[in-house]
Amino acid sequence: MAPLTRTETSQPGIERRAFSWTWLGVAPFFLFVAAFLIWPTLSIIGQSFLDQERRLTLRNILELGRPFIVSSYVYSLQLSAVTAIGGGILGGLLAYAITIGGLPRPLRDAVLSFSGVASNFAGVPLAFAFIATLGQLGVVTQWLRAVGISLYPAFSLYSFWGLSIVYIYFQIPLMVLIMAPAFEGMRREWREAAESLGATSWHYWRYVGLPILLPSILGTMVLLFGNAFGAHATAFQLTGGGSQGNVVTILIGAQISSDALANPGLGNALALGMIVIMGVCIGLYTWLQRLSARWLRS
Amino acid sequence: MLKRFWSWFWFIVGATYFLVPLYATFDFSLRARRGELSFAAYANVLNDIKFVESFWFSFQTALATIVISALVIVPTAYWVQLRLPRLRPVIEFFTLLPFVVPAVVLVFSLARTYSRTPLTDSREGLWVLLVGSYVILSFPYMYRAVDTGLRAINIHDLTEAAQSLGAGWFTILAQVIFPNVYTALLSGAFITFAIVMGEFTIAALLAQPAFGPYMNRLASSRVYEPSALAIISFALTWAAIAAIQRIGQGAQARVAGPR
Repeated sequence: MAPLTRTETSQPGIERRAFSWTWLGVAPFFLFVAAFLIWPTLSIIGQSFLDQERRLTLRNILELGRPFIVSSYVYSLQLSAVTAIGGGILGGLLAYAITIGGLPRPLRDAVLSFSGVASNFAGVPLAFAFIATLGQLGVVTQWLRAVGISLYPAFSLYSFWGLSIVYIYFQIPLMVLIMAPAFEGMRREWREAAESLGATSWHYWRYVGLPILLPSILGTMVLLFGNAFGAHATAFQLTGGGSQGNVVTILIGAQISSDALANPGLGNALALGMIVIMGVCIGLYTWLQRLSARWLRS
Repeated sequence: MLKRFWSWFWFIVGATYFLVPLYATFDFSLRARRGELSFAAYANVLNDIKFVESFWFSFQTALATIVISALVIVPTAYWVQLRLPRLRPVIEFFTLLPFVVPAVVLVFSLARTYSRTPLTDSREGLWVLLVGSYVILSFPYMYRAVDTGLRAINIHDLTEAAQSLGAGWFTILAQVIFPNVYTALLSGAFITFAIVMGEFTIAALLAQPAFGPYMNRLASSRVYEPSALAIISFALTWAAIAAIQRIGQGAQARVAGPR
């Protein structure tokens, strides 16, 4: 009895000590992440539930209901939805065309390389490119004027639709980069099996192809949604960063240099709202990717 | 036949969307002198001392980011694969958090949390915050690249071999692990470089004299120079991505070779 108890008590002790030394190896990473990401973010989330005297309150959250904040969120959500769907459809069709659409192989490689560049080509320079294209003096604006179509004042690059066109420029390549491997993961046997049973191309896509790809397509579109929702620089460059009638990210950015809302707690709540929406997006994306992985992993 | 037609159709639509703005920007950037096409806008940009200063500032910041990111990520990824494989999803989760916390929220949180400390009250402190945020942004790319790179080599055997020759952990990391993940590290480094060089949000909100805020300010005083900058910036991004693809092919060929 006695030796048994001794081993029982001493063995876990040794293990625990070895365990803690092993953990020390990842300490630098966690310290870094804690200092520059977790602690600041958690403290902002926590403070959005505190008032100026540091008492617990829900007032900041309720104040998100102010009309100009709601309209800013709605604007951002609409912009993200429109560009996720628009960029998703265009990017999805392009990904299809270059993979299983029967185009020459070099085109596929060229589009994928270009997408790698274009998905990283966002922010200030992208805004410049579109000002040179569709701004009042832009090259395309002048082409259209030459054939008798005047874009302005009906259209403006600085309006909702103008911003959408610019955002779609970095949404398409992201969709292409993620969807191209998914299309390539479609097995030829599935199509052959369907055809041997007498399926037409429409039948195949309606009952086999689309159901398999749908989680992947939706998941990527959710990712595009988050991508647009978190974007700041492009919108800032195009709209000048005024705090009225604008995307949420600009509203948050304006809280750093000056407390424009005259309530630090509200600024924190704005950031919290953003984190919640982004968190839902990433969660949904992860779940949908897991669904599609069942079929598309070869 | 019909399928081929639609493929070409969507390819042309996509190519038009991609290329017309680039063409227009290039065209626009050549019109700085009235009535002729010239590279005057490029010359103006390159001769601007503020361009040189901000570019150099961002370049140094990018290098610092890459070095720190590598120093944090390589030992972590190595250690997790060697000793703590169960921790891998956790590390992956933390490296993906920058996608949940957008840059503007990150810089907002940092500025609020560290306000009235030396980190926000001094020039050096703000630069520390800048590099720290960029390192966080680089984690998803760096970790994935290094983790994949480590999986291509047998770190258990390498570690045991080094240990049997009397090497300590520092020696193993510096002389065995780092050289072996060099190519993976480079591809992570180039994407980090591309991100940092063009980054606007964090740099501007921390009031740093970086390249992104410089581009932003230029637009209020100049008409043609911004498009020249956009072309330069696009070329820079292209170069970084091309370097990654070149490295990636090399690495793939090497991994496939011995098998």
